[in-house]
Amino acid sequence: MNASVSKSQRFLALCMLGLLLFNYPILALFNVTGTVFGVPLLYAYIFIAWAALIAMMAYVAAHDG
Amino acid sequence: MLHGTAIIITSFGYLGLLFAIAYYADQRADAGRPVIASPYVYSLSLAVYATAWTFYGSVGRAASDGVGFLPIYIGPTLMIALWWIVMRKIIRISKQNRITSLADFIASRYGKSALLGGLVTVIAVIGILPYISLQLKAVSNSFTILVQYPEIVMPTSVLDSPIRDDTALWVAMILAAFTIAFGTRHLDAAEHHQGMVAAIAFESLVKLLAFLAVGVFVTFGMHAGFGDLFARASAVPKLRAMMTPLEGVAGGYAGWVWLTILSMLAIMFLPRQFQVTVIENVDEKHLSKAIWLFPAYMLAINVFVLPVAFGGLLRFPDGNVDADTFVLTLPMAERQELLALLVFIGGLSAATGMVIVETIALSTMVCNDLVMPVLLRWPRLRLIERRDLTGLLLGIRRGAIVLIVFLGYLYFKLAGEAYALVSIGLISFAAVAQFAPPILGGIFWKGGTRLGAFWGLVAGFAVWSYTLLLPALARSGWLPISLLDDGPFGIDVLRPLQLFGLAGLDQITHAMIWSMIANIGAYVGVSLSVAQTADEHRQASLFVDVFRQTGESGGARFWRGTASVPELYNLLGRFFGVAAAETSFADYARSKGLTWPDDRLVADAELVHYVEMQLAGAIGAASARVMVASVVKEEALTLDEVREILDEASQVVVYSHRLEQKSRELEAATAELREANERLKELDRLKDDFVSTVTHELRTPLTSIRAFTEILVDKPNMDTAQRSEFLGIITKEAERLTRLINGVLDLAKIESGKADWVESGVDLKEVIADTLAAMGQLFKEKNIEVQTQLPERVSLVRADLDRMIQVTLNLLSNAAKFCDSRRGRIEIALTESDGCLRVDVRDNGRGVDPENHEVIFSKFHQVGDTLTDKPHGTGLGLHISRRIVEHFGGRMWVESRLGSGARFSFTLPIAAGT
Repeated sequence: MNASVSKSQRFLALCMLGLLLFNYPILALFNVTGTVFGVPLLYAYIFIAWAALIAMMAYVAAHDG
Repeated sequence: MLHGTAIIITSFGYLGLLFAIAYYADQRADAGRPVIASPYVYSLSLAVYATAWTFYGSVGRAASDGVGFLPIYIGPTLMIALWWIVMRKIIRISKQNRITSLADFIASRYGKSALLGGLVTVIAVIGILPYISLQLKAVSNSFTILVQYPEIVMPTSVLDSPIRDDTALWVAMILAAFTIAFGTRHLDAAEHHQGMVAAIAFESLVKLLAFLAVGVFVTFGMHAGFGDLFARASAVPKLRAMMTPLEGVAGGYAGWVWLTILSMLAIMFLPRQFQVTVIENVDEKHLSKAIWLFPAYMLAINVFVLPVAFGGLLRFPDGNVDADTFVLTLPMAERQELLALLVFIGGLSAATGMVIVETIALSTMVCNDLVMPVLLRWPRLRLIERRDLTGLLLGIRRGAIVLIVFLGYLYFKLAGEAYALVSIGLISFAAVAQFAPPILGGIFWKGGTRLGAFWGLVAGFAVWSYTLLLPALARSGWLPISLLDDGPFGIDVLRPLQLFGLAGLDQITHAMIWSMIANIGAYVGVSLSVAQTADEHRQASLFVDVFRQTGESGGARFWRGTASVPELYNLLGRFFGVAAAETSFADYARSKGLTWPDDRLVADAELVHYVEMQLAGAIGAASARVMVASVVKEEALTLDEVREILDEASQVVVYSHRLEQKSRELEAATAELREANERLKELDRLKDDFVSTVTHELRTPLTSIRAFTEILVDKPNMDTAQRSEFLGIITKEAERLTRLINGVLDLAKIESGKADWVESGVDLKEVIADTLAAMGQLFKEKNIEVQTQLPERVSLVRADLDRMIQVTLNLLSNAAKFCDSRRGRIEIALTESDGCLRVDVRDNGRGVDPENHEVIFSKFHQVGDTLTDKPHGTGLGLHISRRIVEHFGGRMWVESRLGSGARFSFTLPIAAGT
């Protein structure tokens, strides 16, 4: 990671990313009929994106910058 | 098995366990080994966010809205991403200013205003009542349903049940008693409740496990996994429509977005979240683990919500079972008694956790920011002169807890029937969202004023009451329903659910839009048009610039006046008891390097500030200010004076930054100088060593020359044989002296870089042959066998021919000197590899001890004991040889073991173009 970017800025970027992922229009792309391993697409998308966001937050929190 | 008694006994057993945990944690804390000093306990305690609403209500919401329940948890995740910026600051401010509650925080920020603290308390209490009623409703409903096992009967209306069967009332009473026992056993200056936090963390584990157990049972017990469950659900047309539910849901995307924003604010400003996140935080560092652990918890507790919702809709297709109860009724319908009991306990833990923390937080606010300021200002009570106020404080808090829980019960009775669990909770969310402008504005914007915050809150709360509370009461039949349909007095534009004609939104979105416009508008508008007082200006700068403050005494520089130590001491004693005041003063004295009691302790600004901060920890900032002012004579500072102090402070900061930088530069320069000095000293020492060694080496041959000469002079008639022997020795020593001096001169030239190097292409094979020829006589005399291993043709190296002869001569003469005296044998080999030429000279002498492998290349080193052995050379040969080889880019080393000969080798790079 770029060491000159502070932790605060990375968290801010993650929040922005989250606002984008869980909002119109990205959310609308997955609001269609279809399944992933039997799970409706919208549900699968939300939980996977959510888990990914948390993983990134854990990474940023654990690394100094 | 599931009789009422069994359920009640299990419930009390569970509450008893909680109490035991809390008691244990308190004991550990008193012993100085706190259990809550862990980021994991901290993260779990934050999960008090997940209440009965999450436990029962999410499934209810999901059964009608599909993913509509998720913003309540995704919003907090997004907000927590900003915690590093926002929450860290709030925690730091709260620790420095001894903030005890949300109301205290806002009051303290806007000039320690008691009025503002009181207003926040009123809003918080009224706003949270629906939320508490939700918990009571969930627990009493789940109990009523569970008792009917194995029948599944929905509870009848609470309004017409007799007192004896009014479960909600019993639940309220038990919870109130339990909370009092939990949170108000003693008064803590820092408002820490370690036992409570430990119990809450445990409750978070219980409710998570219980919910996961139901989820696993419904998904994998009743169905064959997620795929099977969703496949069966999508076979039902009504349920298939819920798979892509965002269009049909109330409010659609706008509702989704506003719910996200609302939850982002709720996770910060719910009084209980503020309590566990800020007030109960023992270490700022715990935040960085909680930042991902807590969202991970929310993810985990939500994974099975949709499966349970669909499982319930499939199991009870005719709709006579309330979806809010699916979590409980599904195990019951499947005859899973133990699982049903576990669910009940899980729901109980979710509800009790919420009620305990929420009422403790609210009771602190009611006591510190509502009741105490009023009592202290009431001269007839003479409260200021009372000896011991701890009992009074605890009494107020206990009363507040009972009052709040029963108001929650009352709300349940009045309005709880008309709404589902989640809708009740959202009304509370919208109420606490009103705190966002004064708090977020307060920590990032110095311009926010007390009046701005006040009118912002009043306006926001008014709109909230009109658009959310009023309709809730109207729908429950306590106000005419025509109010909603036609507006007050038939004024159409004032309809509470379509204010100013804004229609087509869900109730919460509608209320949030109008209340935020009113709140932020008034806050900013009034702040910009009314001037700040000195107190406000000081507090604003203490809050906004918290990361630039050093230590707790930041506020002390704003105080001017006179005070006396005994009076301050007595003041603390009245609130905490004499023992605690004693400890407090002893701590302070120690920080000044004194021992309490000590006459030298002066009641200066710092001590006054210290006492005020201690008091603030117990009774809130506004009341503490009043109390301290009652025992000291304070000179009011004008706004200009405050500004001046702040300017001075910021200039001091700038200066000290500059000074720090200068001193860093200075340190760096000093370090460089010291290093250079060390190098010089080392060189000087080497030079001294060199001179002393050289003179020592010169003296040895000189001494023997002189001794023998003197003998010759003293004994002129010495016989010829002896005389010539002596003269021979003298000649040899003189030669050695010459060699030594030549060597030293040579070395000096090389080391000073003044040697004349004549570089040309040198054929090492020729060099070796020439040297061998020159030494042929010597080898023959010493009877040494010489073996050579030279290739036909070798590449040239770039070097000085004479110097190369000097090197090989040195190696060969060393070999001749040290090889076996009777059957001497020398091997000399020349090989070419890897762009280098390599020369090896091997002898069969006594070898070199490995520990001397480097030493023999140093100056004046003679192998062997110099005291007994006669020196064999100058001790400069190998050193000079190595310098020569290194000068031409090569390397020289020795490989040997004692007793098995030595092999001296050197390499030289092959000259380019050959």
